[in-house]
Amino acid sequence: MAIKYDVPETHEFPIIPSIMEGAMAHSAPFLANKEFQSGMGFPSAEEPGQLIDGWKEKFLELLQDKLNKYRSLLVFMDTCVKCGACTDKCHYFIGTADPKNMPVARQDLLRKVYRRYFTFAGKYFPWLVGAVDLTEDVIKDMYSYFHQCSECRRCAVFCPFGIDTAEVTMAARDMLAQIGMGQKYSNQIIPKIHKIGNNLGLPEPAMLDTLEGLEEGIEEETNVKVRLPLDEKGAEVLLVTPSADFFAEPHIDGLIGYAKVFHAAGVTWTLSSKASEAANFGLFIGNYEQMRQISLRIRDAAKELGVRRLIFGECGHAWRVAYNHLNTLAGPWDFLDQNYPIPQHILEFTKDCLDRNLLNIDKSENDHMTLTFHDSCNIARASRIGDEPGSQFTTPREVIKAVCNNFHDMSVDTINDQTFCCGGGGGLLTDDLMELRIKGAQPRMESLKNVVADHGVTHMAAICAICKSQFTKVLPYYGMTMDQIVSVHQLVSNAIVLEGQGEASEDNEAVEEAA
Amino acid sequence: MPIEVNGKSFETDEEGYLANLSEWEPAIGEAMAAAEDQDLTDEHWDIINFLRDYYEEYQIAPAVRVLTKAVGKRLGKDKGNSKYLYELFPYGPGKQACKYAGLPKPTGCV
Repeated sequence: MAIKYDVPETHEFPIIPSIMEGAMAHSAPFLANKEFQSGMGFPSAEEPGQLIDGWKEKFLELLQDKLNKYRSLLVFMDTCVKCGACTDKCHYFIGTADPKNMPVARQDLLRKVYRRYFTFAGKYFPWLVGAVDLTEDVIKDMYSYFHQCSECRRCAVFCPFGIDTAEVTMAARDMLAQIGMGQKYSNQIIPKIHKIGNNLGLPEPAMLDTLEGLEEGIEEETNVKVRLPLDEKGAEVLLVTPSADFFAEPHIDGLIGYAKVFHAAGVTWTLSSKASEAANFGLFIGNYEQMRQISLRIRDAAKELGVRRLIFGECGHAWRVAYNHLNTLAGPWDFLDQNYPIPQHILEFTKDCLDRNLLNIDKSENDHMTLTFHDSCNIARASRIGDEPGSQFTTPREVIKAVCNNFHDMSVDTINDQTFCCGGGGGLLTDDLMELRIKGAQPRMESLKNVVADHGVTHMAAICAICKSQFTKVLPYYGMTMDQIVSVHQLVSNAIVLEGQGEASEDNEAVEEAA
Repeated sequence: MPIEVNGKSFETDEEGYLANLSEWEPAIGEAMAAAEDQDLTDEHWDIINFLRDYYEEYQIAPAVRVLTKAVGKRLGKDKGNSKYLYELFPYGPGKQACKYAGLPKPTGCV
C-alpha cells in the first residue's frame, strides 16, 4: 500500500514517448485460483497460472472456433498492413512507452500464432511472415499485455481498416481463461452477480438500508420526499444502474440525481434487487455466454416487476452491451412499451425532460464549479445516446450546459470519438494493476490539467462508474484531488429545484423572524 | 501469504485481506496496520468496529454514504464526510479499513 509509483509527466502539448522495450513486461493482474476458475466453469491446474493438460491443442481449437464464429476476428487477423497509424494512439503506450502496448504489437501477440497455425505461409515459412510457435512464454506475454488493453477502441478510430483491438483482446482473454489463465478480478466478481445480483455482492437488505438512508438525506436537504424504490411491482420504469451507484462517491450523487429527475418528471420507477447491476463483465472477458446470462437477469426482473420501460444509469460498458446487444442477448422485448427506446439511457430521459421544461433548474447552484466532460470510451466509440450520429457526444454536454453555467471542453483530439480511456476500463480497475492505471491515465490527466490551467476548469464530469472510480484514485497522483470527478446527474441533482423544495425551511425562517 | 500474530498464523489473500472472517481478532488488525506504518487510534477503531457490526448485519461493508452518515451522527457533522475518513485511512475507508477489520475487499467498479 505504501508502494511508490513513477507518475508520468504531463505537458502542455502531447509528447509521443521514445520506446522502452519491456517497460511493462512485469505487469499482470492476479490470476484466478481454482475456486474462482471453477466458479466460472473454467478449467484450472493445481496452481494459479499453471496451464491445464493439453492447453496448446485447446487454445488452437478455441481459436479455430472463434475464427469460424466471428468473421471480424478473421478479418482483423488477416488485414493489418503495419502502416503504424495506431502506434501512438493507445493511452497505455503513451503512458508506459512499452512498444508492446502499441495496438499493432498487441494484436500481433495473437496474430503471430494465427499465422503459424492457420495460414499457408506461416505453416511452411514462419520466419518470413513473423509466425511463431505457441509456447508458454507466448501465453504469458499474452496474459500480461492483453491485460494492458482496456478495450476502449481508440486505436480502431485511427486504423484505416478499422481493426478493433478490443475484439482481439476479448478473444484472447477468453481463450486464456479456458486454458487455466483467467484473471482474478473479473472471475471473482461475475459469480456474485448471479448469486447476489451485483458485482459488489450487495445483498437486498443492505440495498434497502442504503436507499432508505439516501431518501432521508434528500429529505433533510430539500424537505421533499423523494423515493428510491426497490422491487416495486407495476412501476413504469426499471432503472438498471451500476452497483457502484449505491456504494461509492461520486457515483451515489448521480443516483440521487436520477431519483430527483424521476420525481420531478412524475414517472414511477423502481430498482431491482435481482438486476441490481448494470455492469456486464462478460464483455470484458470476451465470454458470450456470461454476457447472455447477465443480460437475462434484466429481462427476468423487468418481467417480474411488470415495468413498461427499461432505463440504464451512468455506466459505460453496460450501455455498450445494452445498446448493441440487449435484443440479441435477452430479447425480444415485446412486453415493454414500444413507444420508447429499448433500452433507454438515463441521459436521454433527462434530456427529454429538460427539453420539455419538466424540470425546474437553477443553474447557479453549480456556479462554484467550472466543468469539463470526459467522454467514456464505451459510450463514445461503441454506442450512441440519442438518435443522431454523434449525439452520444452532444447529449451529455447539452445536459451539463442546461444545469451549469460554466463549461469548457478539453482539447479536441482528446474528446468525442478521440477520447482517451480513463486508464481503468475493460476489467482493469483492480489494485493489482495500479501502476498501469496511473500510467494509462496520463493522456487524460494531461488534457485535464491543461484546461484547469488555461480555462479555470475545477471539475470533470463523467458518465461511467469505472471512470469515476478510476479518477477518484488517480487524480491525486497527478496533483489534483479525488473530489474533482463528479457524476453528470450529480450536477443535475444540484441544480434541480423540486416542487416544494425549501418551503419548510422558509417556514422556519418565518418562525425565527417572528420569534 | 499468511500473517503471523501472537505466534499464530492466519491465511490471507494476495493483497493481505484475511481469508477467514471468523478468525479475526483486534491483534490482527493491529498487525496489518503496523505492517503498513499506519497507527490505529481510538478514532480508527471506532470506524473498524462500525464496519464489523455493519458487516455482521448486512454481509457487506457499508456504502461510503452510509458510513459517513453514521459517523456524522456519532461524532458530529464535521466528521460525517469522506474527508474525515480519508484522513484516518488514506487509502480509502472501503479498502484499508475493511482490511484491518478482517472483511473482504469490496469488488466491482469501486
